[in-house]
Amino acid sequence: MYVLGVETSCDETSVSVVKDGNIVLSNVVLSQIDIHKSYGGVVPEIASREHVKGITYVFDQALKKANLDYQDIDLIAVTKGPGLIGSLLIGINAAKVISLNFHIPIIGVHHISGHIYANYIEQGMEFPLLALVVSGGHTELILMKEHFSFEKLGETQDDAVGEAYDKVARVLGLGYPGGPVIDRLAKEGKEVFDFPRPMINSNDFNFSFSGLKSHVINKHHNMLQRKETIDPKDFSTSFQEAVTDVLVQKTIKAKEYYDVKQIIVAGGVAANSGLRKKMKERITDIPVYFPKMVYCTDNAAMIAAAGYFQYKKYGKSDDLYINGHSRLDLERRM
Amino acid sequence: MKIDIRLNSEKDTEKLANIIANEVFPGMIIGLSGDLGSGKTTFTKYLAKSMGIKDNLNSPTFTILKTYEGKLNLYHMDVYRLEDIGYDYELDDFIYGEGVAVIEWYPYIKTMLPNQILSLTFSFVDEFTRDVSIEGSDQYEEIIQKISH
Repeated sequence: MYVLGVETSCDETSVSVVKDGNIVLSNVVLSQIDIHKSYGGVVPEIASREHVKGITYVFDQALKKANLDYQDIDLIAVTKGPGLIGSLLIGINAAKVISLNFHIPIIGVHHISGHIYANYIEQGMEFPLLALVVSGGHTELILMKEHFSFEKLGETQDDAVGEAYDKVARVLGLGYPGGPVIDRLAKEGKEVFDFPRPMINSNDFNFSFSGLKSHVINKHHNMLQRKETIDPKDFSTSFQEAVTDVLVQKTIKAKEYYDVKQIIVAGGVAANSGLRKKMKERITDIPVYFPKMVYCTDNAAMIAAAGYFQYKKYGKSDDLYINGHSRLDLERRM
Repeated sequence: MKIDIRLNSEKDTEKLANIIANEVFPGMIIGLSGDLGSGKTTFTKYLAKSMGIKDNLNSPTFTILKTYEGKLNLYHMDVYRLEDIGYDYELDDFIYGEGVAVIEWYPYIKTMLPNQILSLTFSFVDEFTRDVSIEGSDQYEEIIQKISH
């Protein structure tokens, strides 16, 4: 079954053709990161305009690289949320046009189910499995007992982990995005500050990063006032150690409680080397999978992979009235 | 009209949010400002809870806008990234919508906003304590009077 995946939820315009959920025939990604960099983050209206500029080209390239025509496509899977509403609509409307024109069924896919299924492309899945979804917009622990069944065990009560990285980086003057630069500096610094590990021992699977963010900012502010020397490397190490301790600890807790067979880490923060290292060091009894870098960031191959399994389970669950959503429940898919 | 109040703990933030939640109306605009970590999202969390919104409210920074359904919808925005641009027409439908718009870092899109809004400016005192300046005119004055009692 050939699935055409379409992803435009944020600042990547991407179209992909995936066969049977894991054979990637093409995965074309047009990134806008350089355009948004100067604004310290993605600007919705600019993102929408860039999607409009790139979308036709990306569709064409995806088909060309897969060596297929639209007549060969069996299903269109498009991200319907969560994400920037204007950006989502560009991908959704382009997908609708193709659906209508070539009589191909269309379904709307949850962006996070895509991030989780990015792992299926390379590793396959063994259930029950635990997914830690960490990105600029998400921090969630999800339990899957079978294909395309999602149970949210816990989530952030305030800031997403990637957002905490961006905000700390902003205060330290390290630019945007914050994750990669803090990850790099963290390798060179020492853990000289004992930052808090919020909710690490709480009796649930929720997270909180706002308090840690404020603590780091306060510390920085106080040191500035006392005219002490600030080493961004030590701040980076101390912050990253605190963040990864919480993420790994909570994952271990859920792993033991639900006795899962494998762990999947998904989303942009899955690229963080400190997180990768600590996960693999502390969890040795079951496999911990991280997607390849190209599948960590937003891409349409993961949407096609997720769409394949969604369609297998729920059939043609959407029609041409499909709409975009800035917030979307993964468990209810609506 | 303008008042200054001190919040000695998160409990006080909750109380303030409860008072305002009792006064919400369609088309209400609440602007929040104050440094990172000064309590803008915490305030909004309690406001949503008190408005009867069941979903967990968390930071809108990444998507700039998150919408929540309730008796009155809540449109939660963080427009920090619009500092150099000053507007985003995609937000118009929500700022001038039928729900309650809560806009963090609202001064960055001031030209998009009407003159009458309820503004709350948070500032750090110490780890637990915050000062808040609350300002508004016309229909918002009544709400401020209720807060000051």
